[in-house]
Amino acid sequence: MSQESLVEIRDLNFSYDNRPILTGINMKIPRGKVVAVMGSSGCGKTTTLRLIGGQLKPTSGEVRVGGQVVHELDANGLYGLRRRMGMLFQFGALFTDMSVYDNIAFQMREHTDLPEAVIHDLVLMKLHAVGLRGAHGLMPAELSGGMARRVALARAIALDPMLIMYDEPFAGLDPISLSIVGELIRKLNDALGASSIVVTHDVQESLKIVDYVYFVSEGKIVAEGSAEEMKNSKVPYVHQFVWGEADGPVPFQYPSKPYGEELMERVGHRG
Amino acid sequence: MDNRVVGALRGLGQRVTGRIWRLGYASRFFLAILLHSGTSVRRLHLTIREIYFTGVLSLIIILVSGMFVGMVLALQGYDTLQRYGSTEALGVLVSLSLVRELGPVVAALLFASRAGSAMTAEIGMMKATEQLSAMEMMAVDPIARVVAPRFWGGVISMPLLAALFSGMGIFGGYLVGVQLIGVDEGSFWSQMQASVDFREDILNGVIKSFVFGIIVSWVAVFEGYDAEPTAEGVSGATTRTVVTSSLAILAADFILTAFMFTGT
Repeated sequence: MSQESLVEIRDLNFSYDNRPILTGINMKIPRGKVVAVMGSSGCGKTTTLRLIGGQLKPTSGEVRVGGQVVHELDANGLYGLRRRMGMLFQFGALFTDMSVYDNIAFQMREHTDLPEAVIHDLVLMKLHAVGLRGAHGLMPAELSGGMARRVALARAIALDPMLIMYDEPFAGLDPISLSIVGELIRKLNDALGASSIVVTHDVQESLKIVDYVYFVSEGKIVAEGSAEEMKNSKVPYVHQFVWGEADGPVPFQYPSKPYGEELMERVGHRG
Repeated sequence: MDNRVVGALRGLGQRVTGRIWRLGYASRFFLAILLHSGTSVRRLHLTIREIYFTGVLSLIIILVSGMFVGMVLALQGYDTLQRYGSTEALGVLVSLSLVRELGPVVAALLFASRAGSAMTAEIGMMKATEQLSAMEMMAVDPIARVVAPRFWGGVISMPLLAALFSGMGIFGGYLVGVQLIGVDEGSFWSQMQASVDFREDILNGVIKSFVFGIIVSWVAVFEGYDAEPTAEGVSGATTRTVVTSSLAILAADFILTAFMFTGT
């Protein structure tokens, strides 16, 4: 593994019940960089994150994080690795029976022996970083979608991870929240000296903040490069995706028989 | 015709093997809970919190139901005993019925409906909203942190609730039998005291309710953890918790009664 890559994926294949989800994936996530994995819904982006986090095991190939092959680790090794990772789930996945404060403090209490006074200072520091220090007493049900995402972001960086993974961080956000979350992803990555993987299908916001992009379609990487290269890409799928065209390599119509043939069949049935 | 028979047999076989596979999975899950129970002891506040949610919050339904069951027992028992001229044995009838049978069984059925379904729904919703996945990604085992404390909270609460159910039932029987109908108060209490044996009756009732607590809590946490992560999936899991644990309570009651009370 090259020294500058924190995550390296080689010849990765993954199937659910013999149904291929990912085929021949190769990726490198350099240290200190923000990398986006883009593609339409169901193309295998979230599965890639789950393989990196060790929640799924590859059918073949390997995923290395910090030099360790994730699926070869035992339970203790995997949990040790996860303590150095942070993950933001699609809708935050905040613990609904805990306040914002307790959500952020959760990992500190679970994994460290820090006194409560120190945890208090750290929690407020994390919340201040996402602009929600004043919301520490609220419950998750009292937060807007954008606030919940920012709290989840503060929770993901609670233990200053080396790798932060974002699963659809922009989904369902208003333009202001979307811009705030985008800026936070970039700033927090740089401030912590971490590496980030952003799984998203929000092109405009993510291309503003990422260093490198992988495009995934039907479980395969179809294009990769810098944000600028992707904007100017001639690859038909990437072009359709970046410019939001209704028809193209991803067809508007769900696969079906020719329309004329289907109409004639109905006429035949009536006759 | 032949194809239909083969198809039906295949379907039946798949359902049976599916059930056996699920039972095996539930058994492995039970072992995992036992193996990860250290957290529930080391961090006792997690278990105490669950005792509050499953036990204390079930008090109203248990106490009110216990009282009504005891009152009905007294009315029905008095009617029957009167025919044989032994109404002074009403206290014995009410207390033995409650302590040996109705206390553990009815309390467990109520517990399954009130607390078991709530446990399943809570864990199922945590799964559907990715809270359990988030916990795993934070290197915290959800079985140790979420499931085991709820399981032990239910197991500890159940015998206490059954005891309160029986106590309240006896009080209800006293109100109806002694205060309303006019059975002699001295006979009511003294015959009860003389006839109810601590080991044979009370201890066996406690053992029953402890077993029922394990059954309900196991089914509830398993169904929640195994629920399909959708609203429909959680709803189905909650229903399965109540149906499965109710049937399992009644079946286990028959087996335990056969071992404990036959021939005494």
